[in-house]
Amino acid sequence: MNGCPLSAIGLRRCLTVAVFVAIYGLWTGHSIQAQKPRVITLIPALTEMLFAIGAGDQVIAVSSYDEDPPQVRALPKVGALIDPDVERIIALRPTLVLLYGSQTDLMTQLSRASIPYYAYRHGGLGTVSVTIRELGVRTGHSREAESLASDIDRRLAALRQRTAALKKPRTLLVFGRERGSLRNIYASGGRGFLHDMLEAAGGVNVFAAVQAESVQASTEMILAQKPDVIIELRSTEIPAENQRAAELSSWKVLGSVPAVRSNRIHLLSGRWLVVPGPRVADGAEAFARVLHR
Amino acid sequence: MTSVRRRLTVVVPAFGLLTFAVLLVAPTLGSTPISLRRVFDSSIAWDDNVDAQIFFVARLPRVLAGALVGSTLAAAGVVMQALLRNPLATPFTLGVSAAAALGAMAAIALHLDATFLGAAAIPAACFGGAMVGTTIVYFLATRVSGGLSTNVLLLAGVTLNTFFSALITFVQYLVDPADWYRTARWLLGNLDVSSYTPILASVPLIGIALLLFALLPRTLNLLTLGDDVASGRGVDVATAQRIAFLSASLATGAAISLAGPIGFIGIVVPHLVRLLVGSDHRIVLPAATLFGAAFLVSCDLIARTIMSPIELPVGIVTAMIGGPFFLWLLVRKA
Repeated sequence: MNGCPLSAIGLRRCLTVAVFVAIYGLWTGHSIQAQKPRVITLIPALTEMLFAIGAGDQVIAVSSYDEDPPQVRALPKVGALIDPDVERIIALRPTLVLLYGSQTDLMTQLSRASIPYYAYRHGGLGTVSVTIRELGVRTGHSREAESLASDIDRRLAALRQRTAALKKPRTLLVFGRERGSLRNIYASGGRGFLHDMLEAAGGVNVFAAVQAESVQASTEMILAQKPDVIIELRSTEIPAENQRAAELSSWKVLGSVPAVRSNRIHLLSGRWLVVPGPRVADGAEAFARVLHR
Repeated sequence: MTSVRRRLTVVVPAFGLLTFAVLLVAPTLGSTPISLRRVFDSSIAWDDNVDAQIFFVARLPRVLAGALVGSTLAAAGVVMQALLRNPLATPFTLGVSAAAALGAMAAIALHLDATFLGAAAIPAACFGGAMVGTTIVYFLATRVSGGLSTNVLLLAGVTLNTFFSALITFVQYLVDPADWYRTARWLLGNLDVSSYTPILASVPLIGIALLLFALLPRTLNLLTLGDDVASGRGVDVATAQRIAFLSASLATGAAISLAGPIGFIGIVVPHLVRLLVGSDHRIVLPAATLFGAAFLVSCDLIARTIMSPIELPVGIVTAMIGGPFFLWLLVRKA
């Protein structure tokens, strides 16, 4: 047996193998060191952020509820908050999983499989730009993330400045209600991104004192709060004007509410309004447009 | 005057007075102070009269719905416990409530309120579910034994209850998060009906059920002693059981369609009333019907004021007040 491992023949063989590996790596576009991150996201807002900072091509699977941007509709779905498909997630060999901070079981399973994850919790508007920057670092798109986050912060600051001198109408921000009635009304409380968007837009949330993201508002609570403006959000688009008018006609029964009397009830529709993602500044600006008409 | 009649003349006015007082006071109290003088001041335009709107739009429909649902569930509880000869029976034992809830879940999941029937879609689907559940349980109970076996009724009802509950979980699993939230909130029950229309829609159904209940008290007394004793005393047991089951199911379906499944009323109120007035159904049934209204309206008053400006689901209050109070009475009586 030859005592030297790097004999002339051995060295030649090693070089041949190395050349083949290099050619294969160049041909497939991969190399072990520079492997592109493979991201699975279970949070629609974070999916939008990834695409907005140019990291969309790293996304290999999304949650069951992801619909934006349209490219995600062709990607594999791997469950969501209460039903993540752990087997599928592991089988897709992600290098990063974006999940909710409450998905502790999934975190344990991913840790066992040595898969890094990023735990996210919904917060106020400030959380949006912080999250965008963190995702930028994680995906190698720090520059684009910084640009997007700064743009959002700048637009929100400009909006606050524009509306600071304007009259601040007391506003009821509704994001859920039984169709055709005033039952099961859900409104924004004094916490969360919707509340922050409303305040940035120059409105005063009538339920600001309630330290919760949502309040189930009875008709008595609304009559007592006397909002000047009611903004009702729907995640599905309602393009027809007569349909929008029919949707809002239920409010007429509360004739003493200033918003009803002055017909300042506005229906804003679209998923972009209810997702704490990169379009929050658009949402806040839309609020401002109807608040200060 | 017989002793029952004499006791009825004391008990029914006493419970009636209590209920009347509660119904009178409840709309005047709430998270917002209102002036009754302003409420009934016709010189103030409706659109300017916040107090009148709070009274007539927000509180009165809610108090009336609470009274109707409380009465109905309490009376249905009395009938179910006598029919099944089981003190643990409730209006929700035999699967009717789960079937009703499944109907409501399906309506929410399929967005029937957006595409069909509007605001009436969920109550209609709920009542439809209750009637389908009633038909299945009734068919099974009569098919297996020829008559209406209470054992089969109980077994079939409990099994279907579990089955429908599993289907509810399945529907909840399939819907998106916004609809899941609506289904979960509906299952907690809610008396804030916001208009008189759903109340008026449920009145005929509840009225029929209560009229049928009025035929039952003497029969229920005999049924609790056993089918043979009842039969020996001239009771047409099968017919009486059918009327009891179908009327209790109708009442339960109508009450759940109006306010969702509000728990605890159907078990706590009948037992509280029995502890107070004895077990004769000729007294228990009217007393529980009246007290059920007072109890649920009082619980709702607490639910809408205790954590003002936010409101608690009334089912939490019925359980938190009814449970300990019931146990206290039980221990005191023992």
